Amino acid sequence: MALPALRGIAAMDSLARLNRRRFSAWLGAGLLGGAATARAQEERKTLVVASFPDLDRAALAARQQWSRLHPDVELKIVSLQIADHHTAMTTALATGAGLPDVMALDFRFVGKFAASGGLEDLAGPPYNGMALRDRFERYAFTQAINKKGALTTMPTDIGPGTLLYRKDLFDQSGVSEAALTASWDGFLAAGRKLKAATGAYLLGDAGDLRDILLRAGVRDGEGLYFDAEGHVLVESERFVHAFEMSAQAHRDGLDGRAQPWSNDWVAGLKHGHIATQLMGAWLTGHLRNWIAPDQSGLWRSAPLPGGAFASYGGSFYAIPKKSRHKQLAWDFIKLLCADREVQLQSLRVLDSFPALLEAQQDASMEAPIPYLGGQRARLMWRDIAAKVPAIPVNRYDAVATDVIRDAFEQVITEGVAVRQALRDARVLIEHRARWR
Amino acid sequence: MDTTTTTAITATAAAAKRRPLKARDLAPYLFVSPFFLLFAIFGLFPLLFSIWLSVHEWDPAEGLQAMHFVGLENFRFILTDPWFHRAVGNTAWFALATALPQHLVALPLAAFIHEKIRRGRDLVVGAYFVPYITSSVAIALIFTTLLSRDYGAVNALLVELTRVPLLGSFMPGHPIDWLGDAHYAKPTVAFVVFWRYLGWNTVLYLSALQAISPDLNEAATLDGAGAVRRFLYVTVPLLRPMIYFAVTLSIIGSLQLFEEPFILVDIEQGVSQSVMTLAIFMYRLAFGEGDFGAASAVSWLVFLMIVVLTWLNARLFGREGRGE
Repeated sequence: MALPALRGIAAMDSLARLNRRRFSAWLGAGLLGGAATARAQEERKTLVVASFPDLDRAALAARQQWSRLHPDVELKIVSLQIADHHTAMTTALATGAGLPDVMALDFRFVGKFAASGGLEDLAGPPYNGMALRDRFERYAFTQAINKKGALTTMPTDIGPGTLLYRKDLFDQSGVSEAALTASWDGFLAAGRKLKAATGAYLLGDAGDLRDILLRAGVRDGEGLYFDAEGHVLVESERFVHAFEMSAQAHRDGLDGRAQPWSNDWVAGLKHGHIATQLMGAWLTGHLRNWIAPDQSGLWRSAPLPGGAFASYGGSFYAIPKKSRHKQLAWDFIKLLCADREVQLQSLRVLDSFPALLEAQQDASMEAPIPYLGGQRARLMWRDIAAKVPAIPVNRYDAVATDVIRDAFEQVITEGVAVRQALRDARVLIEHRARWR
Repeated sequence: MDTTTTTAITATAAAAKRRPLKARDLAPYLFVSPFFLLFAIFGLFPLLFSIWLSVHEWDPAEGLQAMHFVGLENFRFILTDPWFHRAVGNTAWFALATALPQHLVALPLAAFIHEKIRRGRDLVVGAYFVPYITSSVAIALIFTTLLSRDYGAVNALLVELTRVPLLGSFMPGHPIDWLGDAHYAKPTVAFVVFWRYLGWNTVLYLSALQAISPDLNEAATLDGAGAVRRFLYVTVPLLRPMIYFAVTLSIIGSLQLFEEPFILVDIEQGVSQSVMTLAIFMYRLAFGEGDFGAASAVSWLVFLMIVVLTWLNARLFGREGRGE
């Protein structure tokens, strides 16, 4: 009885030895294979681009051109919602971990990120980004330069400020475009006529008017909230005028108290309850694609009232100092920002307005836009962009924006006097911008 | 015990002490180590780091090397900041306007469910509990749709009610901007918080009620006590330990209130100031302004407030009230 058992044990032992040998062979092969794969991966570099919707679509569309330029470099585009993206980039810069090679930045965050020491200065060698300056819209390039003169970002698209309005509703009210845009007072008067004739609001939110008026009066080289020495400007006449006029629009019931991008704002535009929107030209794409696709031909674009010129938003690209492939990152940024064809491709894909002047001279800029009733609006947007003053950004712009919003709310809901609200706002901004 | 035995025991103990550690001896430590490791990384480290941050100036976008020691400057800055004062006021307002009604309603509601509802009790309790477990995103979607000024069902109902004789004269003649007007935004958010946490407190009180012996109530009934007197003089005193527990949770929850005001009122609206709680203020400092040092200082000030208020609460209830 013991013999079969012993045989069994011996058989198991030899099987175990055999398995050990096989295992060793597999392990060896696996390690060798792994090493080979690692080498292959090392040979095939990956360029990581962190972006946000809809800007990520421009990077995706440029994938083909990138493959032709660098067939051996894989392009990995990581996209998060805009707020999450900027929070993730802040965290990545803080810890120095998980940083992409190329970082997309929205205009609102450029000041904050540009002030940090975490981004490459693209002005000098090996990038020589300053040499590209004359090829870009002047005001956008100024925004890309921080307080210390470093070029930390490159502009890719811009938002020339325009007045988008429902022509059919203003026709019903007997208001012409000339009457609507001649002056800011005329704009509000047109709103009263519109309300009486159609019941529609002139504005989504009175804050929209406030924001455009704040930008409309800025002189070239002057900051929105801070001057070059960092002094707070919110008690200037520019702010007083913007507050008084916007509060008047609210008192007259011309605004729907619908914050841009809120459900009420979208519903207001969709149902024709909001008749104008002061915003970047890029809003046309949003209206056409998802907000009000069935209103094709009803909208028009006009210059801002009172001969004002302002910009709304814009997108930029930067290279973190800890990027592993800086030269490749710069190549990709140049492709997206300084390549005429890619800029025009972004225009087709996103309806984004190119920051590159060569792209703005393309024949496609003259094409009529069916959504705007066949209007050749891009030519007008190009003219507006050329006249927008160059406003330097400040790392505390976002803080000042919050404080000014609050001050305006106190004016319209608590009845606080405009000058008092602005005085309080100045004190608060000076308190908050303590490390400037 | 003679000297020889004592010496032998000491020698054995010494030998046991000298015995080299085997892998088997380390096994228990190995088994409990995941908890300690995770706690150290995700619990202890952030706690200590936030203390460190609160005495530094730091914009995270500039990297770890950009930290500068500023002592108590962040605390001085926060304590003199008008938005901090407003956040404290708002938080206190929400605490009173939401926590107090929650308990005043949850307590009799739990007693009513306990006494009167036999059939389908789980269904009723479940219905009250549903808001507590509903996702914040769903709550935001439902309430912003219901409370929309121009398109909301609530304003549509109010408009319809204006046509009802007599009642109509009490209705507002214009649509109310529930979440866009500072006068209404705060009570509206408070109502949502009350709606969400009422079920939670009801369940707490119901579980405590079920632990009270029915003999006590029967005895009180035989003594001639009515339902109200039984509730006030038998049920409530026996519920004091649970009331203490529920109130403590409410104090902590109120001081950390974030979700409801944050999801209902857009942070980019000027009106958001009227519902800015301490937690939202902290969030704005950190993620809006990039001032992590000041945000950490706020977090420790909130911690101090919680400690003081829970201590006061404990003193108020006394040892007996706490069930000790």
